[in-house]
Amino acid sequence: MESTESLTASLDAEVLRQRLASLAQAEGVRRWDLGASCSSDTSVQVDRGEAKQMKGAQRSAITLRVWNDDGLVGITSTSDLSDAGLARALAGARDASAYGNVDEIPDFSPLATAPLPELEQPLSTPLSILTLLDTLRDAERDLLGRHPAIGTVPYNGLAQRSSDRLYINSDGACRQQRLSTASLYLYARAEEAGRKPRSSGAVRLAYGAADLDVAGCVQEAAERTIAHLDYAPIATGRYTCVFSPEAFLDLIGAFSSLFNARAVLDGVSLSRRESLGEQLAVPFLSLHDNGLHPANVGAAAFDGEGTPTCRLSLLEGGVLRHFLHSEATARAFGVSPTGHAGLGAKVSVGPDWFEIGPTPGSGGGAPGLDRFAAGASGDDRGLVVIDSLSALHAGVKASQGSFSLPFDGWLVQDGVPRSIEAATVAGDIRTLLKAILGFEGPAKVTPDGLCPHVWVEGLSITGDA
Amino acid sequence: MVVSPPTGTLATTERSASPAALGDPAWRSVLEPLLAGGRSAGADLVEVFLERSDHLGLLAEQDSITSVSPAFGAGAGLRVFLGDRDGFVSTNDLSAVGLRAALEQALGMLGLVLPVQAGGGFDGLPELRDFAATKEGWLQACPSLAEATSRLLEGTDRLQAHGQHLQVRRGSYARDWQEVLVAASDGTFARDVRLHQSVGLNVLAADGDHRASLGRRYGTSDSPDDLRRWDAEAAAVDVCSSAGTMLYADYVEAGQFPVVLANRFGGVIFHEACGHLLETTQVERATTPFAEMVGQPIAHPSLTAIDEGLTAAAFGSMSMDDEGMEPQRTVLIENGILQRFLSDRAGERRTGHPRTGSGRRQSHAFAAASRMRNTFIAAGPHTPEELIASVDRGLYCKSMGGGSVGPTGQFNFAVEEGYLIENGTLTKPVKGATLIGDAKEVMPRISMCANDLELAAGFCGSVSGSIFVTVGQPHIKVDTITVGGR
Repeated sequence: MESTESLTASLDAEVLRQRLASLAQAEGVRRWDLGASCSSDTSVQVDRGEAKQMKGAQRSAITLRVWNDDGLVGITSTSDLSDAGLARALAGARDASAYGNVDEIPDFSPLATAPLPELEQPLSTPLSILTLLDTLRDAERDLLGRHPAIGTVPYNGLAQRSSDRLYINSDGACRQQRLSTASLYLYARAEEAGRKPRSSGAVRLAYGAADLDVAGCVQEAAERTIAHLDYAPIATGRYTCVFSPEAFLDLIGAFSSLFNARAVLDGVSLSRRESLGEQLAVPFLSLHDNGLHPANVGAAAFDGEGTPTCRLSLLEGGVLRHFLHSEATARAFGVSPTGHAGLGAKVSVGPDWFEIGPTPGSGGGAPGLDRFAAGASGDDRGLVVIDSLSALHAGVKASQGSFSLPFDGWLVQDGVPRSIEAATVAGDIRTLLKAILGFEGPAKVTPDGLCPHVWVEGLSITGDA
Repeated sequence: MVVSPPTGTLATTERSASPAALGDPAWRSVLEPLLAGGRSAGADLVEVFLERSDHLGLLAEQDSITSVSPAFGAGAGLRVFLGDRDGFVSTNDLSAVGLRAALEQALGMLGLVLPVQAGGGFDGLPELRDFAATKEGWLQACPSLAEATSRLLEGTDRLQAHGQHLQVRRGSYARDWQEVLVAASDGTFARDVRLHQSVGLNVLAADGDHRASLGRRYGTSDSPDDLRRWDAEAAAVDVCSSAGTMLYADYVEAGQFPVVLANRFGGVIFHEACGHLLETTQVERATTPFAEMVGQPIAHPSLTAIDEGLTAAAFGSMSMDDEGMEPQRTVLIENGILQRFLSDRAGERRTGHPRTGSGRRQSHAFAAASRMRNTFIAAGPHTPEELIASVDRGLYCKSMGGGSVGPTGQFNFAVEEGYLIENGTLTKPVKGATLIGDAKEVMPRISMCANDLELAAGFCGSVSGSIFVTVGQPHIKVDTITVGGR
């Protein structure tokens, strides 16, 4: 049944520019910019061999920003791209500009017309939704067959998207990027008689549904879930912890205000203007933001202000080197925008994709770390391996530096891992960054970045043993 | 033309007019052919959800307005059921052509084809049940930009007046207006207007190495004057008092303790630990331990819990749910015995639990799902002081942060403002606590409920997006729970 095949989304930048220019001229608005996007999505979920839900979506959105005669800025966003909708958005943005922030007036990015990086992003033809359904059904069946205790895969989905986004301003900048992406996630639930249910899973991304590593996703989800079946409580205390690449990237992402110039200017970052050049972490830690990494599926070539995406050193040798910037924060710091801006009345700043690892030439901390080696922890307690962190939205106080987070993981004693029943890990990010012992194994590509296993000394673990 | 799909028909049509208000009688002639066509194609049920929205977000920092963010939009969500299965398509294109294309796509997901000519199976829509008729002027009655920004700046000014060591003062306001029209082939035809407003104050206090960030948010529904009535002075005093206390608080010691949770937002424990597990979406996924336990004890006999959408002006109240059904007062647990689940249209079809007016979604872009509304633990016979006096050594949670529940029933939530209980008395403030547990184990441990039930506004994110809810409870005592700390 091919009548459900996905549609492909696209925007006509030149026509949109002409319409906005015409409307702006009629309203006496001389300076404006906009970000627009449209997308077409299809996705499926299954439940024990049956289609649970099949979804399709066609979305369009525009955010329009205008400068009034006093130079103040206002915005309005809408999904209504009709002439009437655009006119209403223009009028709304002009009204809002009367309340523009006089203390910080955004401008066009000086890099909004700079050359864009070349990205290797093949456009894939969408598959029919029934093909997606068959693929996901097969994956679920495969996962259910991996262990008798795996009874359901309650959270699963296979989705594909075709999207188009652009940035245009009244000075002639015009950016456009078309993209196709696909994602697969499988989270299994396993339960053995007389024991508590356990759950874990895996995610894969690709430029098209046909390119997804389905077998790898099933294998990883099965391994992770089965590895948590035999569990035991852990005694509360201080442990040497080994963060999985995914868990460490999640933690750094939750504290990314450390590197965010917007947060610094707003006073909610632990960093200050003067923090550049300070030793923030152990001298062998390197941290870059690199949205352009080839493994970053769906990388944006430019940010919300049209600034090209770039690789930026944040920590080198543990020293804070740069902040992430928008146009306005860069101007306040006397540097160039870095391609990390959104588009809004108050322009947000955020990271793209982290690369974490040893600083070249630093030795990389303790050598030969192996969490499964006998006596690796150096004491009788054992090592705690933190596989995944939960509830980061609630358990991280970024402006205070503290965290207290539930996690899934293992206690490794004499090289033998056993899943931890339920526990939290707590600490302070500044202390943690200076308590890193070293790295284990090669860096792993994840959806959020590139990172090896990271060993950290002396974190507080709360268990219920 | 802005959007030019190379293949097929895409959401945004060429220079289409803005969508008409959903009270326009002309919508009937657009919707009836869709419902008739869907039924003729073989669908058991076809539902169309139309939406128009108007949002305003404001941010004040220190003594300036730093963000004014208006947004408006429109869209439709079309859902087709065939047996237990369903297909759902959302679109921003409300033209007749756009809606028909969306229906064709949804039908195609189920292997159905829209016929050239509609046949039987649909008798036309009945008279519109118009819950919006008395609400037409709400949007215009809300505070103007000038008034709203002025009130927010009053809030940050009051923070300055009452706070000490304040490094950051923020006030934020959000106004969400939504008009919805629901039409389904089972004869559902209803319109409503919803209005939600919330206002919050946040501070970051810093003194040397000591830091505390705290906030409070208040929210109501269907009250255009809400921001005008907001007591900025009292809100600022509340936030500054807590921030001042927590600035020098020590980190909590980890372990297993009895805890007393304060009323209002303390109700997040029931929301996360149990409420989500009583939604039929969890029954469908086989992720609730309570699926087969209606009529059986799942909680301490002192506990009665209710979910409803009726309390006037509460954040989770509504005249109809997002499937056109009027909300109910649903007793979930009575004296510890599980009474029933929250159910929506899909939940009723797939699990057999009757609908409760709980079909909710963030917007047209989500299919409705069974979700909580105003969810609370009923008041008990004790005073809050009696609960605290019953604890030799434990934790008092005055203010809660957010939380979550996973597919195994493991829940967690953060304590924003906590105090030690020693020998039945509150002593020093502590920070950094996270409460974790298992729903099935913790519910029987809620052993005492006080007589001071209050509700608090919140936002709940789940399968059908982020929705407005209230949580609530009186002071309650949990006999023992794992407290994560340092």
